[in-house]
Amino acid sequence: MNCIIIDDEAMARAIVKQLCSKIPNLDVIEEFDNAISAIKFLNQQTIDVIFLDIHMPGFSGVDFVQTLKDPPKIVLTTSDTDFAIAAYEYESIVDYLVKPITQERFEKCIDKISNLPAHKPAQPAATGNEKDEGEDLYINIDRRLIKLKLNEILVIEAKGDYIDVKTEKEDYRVHTTLKKIKEKLPERLFLQIHRSYIINFTKIIDIEDNSVLIAKNVVPISRSNRPELMRRLNLL
Amino acid sequence: MIEQPNLDYVDQLAGDDIAFRGQFIEIIKTEFPLEKEEYFGHVTNNRFKETAEIVHKLKHKFNILGMQDSYKLAVTYEMELLKGNQDSKSKFIKVLQTIDEYIKTI
Repeated sequence: MNCIIIDDEAMARAIVKQLCSKIPNLDVIEEFDNAISAIKFLNQQTIDVIFLDIHMPGFSGVDFVQTLKDPPKIVLTTSDTDFAIAAYEYESIVDYLVKPITQERFEKCIDKISNLPAHKPAQPAATGNEKDEGEDLYINIDRRLIKLKLNEILVIEAKGDYIDVKTEKEDYRVHTTLKKIKEKLPERLFLQIHRSYIINFTKIIDIEDNSVLIAKNVVPISRSNRPELMRRLNLL
Repeated sequence: MIEQPNLDYVDQLAGDDIAFRGQFIEIIKTEFPLEKEEYFGHVTNNRFKETAEIVHKLKHKFNILGMQDSYKLAVTYEMELLKGNQDSKSKFIKVLQTIDEYIKTI
């Protein structure tokens, strides 16, 4: 069985590593001080178990769990028992360990994991399964139907009863809701990253902590939408 | 009297693994002064949320060093900070000073 450790504190990582060292056939293959680096690693490696600190600045353990497409077994490590409640909201979370973790409790956790079915990585989705979406979208402005090429749309912003559609060529104000236009947009290109914003995912220039840059538009990312955005990124 | 830190948990975990014990001491000697400095940087400037974050980190060390009462104090203090007050500040600083003195001896 192999595992990784994610914790922003070196001391906490050292302790989990020490606990692992006493378990036969449990190999720590990597440790990370932040969840983002671990996501990049997990895109390339199959892991059986993750020991995950739930309380990390910026991108928390819960954000991380929500981000994973095909999560292995996850054991939360926490110094707050309150956080343990979160443990049972996700199927992939199989146990939680309250710091300071004792060897006895750790061994119990490993026994529990060993008795669970092994993690099998999901097979890649069959191609051609995706809904065949049209490449154009017609918007109604002053009784005129204007054709927009989907791949030219950059950002869509909710403005009360209207939405602003920003494209590479021009901006349009349309009398509709974000919810309605979202239903017409292919998921492979578009993603809602905030209550008021849908973005063309392929047009992202860069991402900072809480915002995305698309052309000259700085678009906020809400905390609840951030995990899905991170999941969709092809991180190196 | 304020409780004193100890390495009982670490010794138990290390067993006869001297390398781990050494690694642990090295980490605490490196991390603790930095976190303490970060704490004072935030608390001096009344940055409550940031102070609460670093108190959260430090409280884990209290626990590892066998300081259960200090841990409870840190839990209370963290909550206070999130609510915008810091009644437990002076007691918390005393704990930091105690650990500071202790890690010079290990």
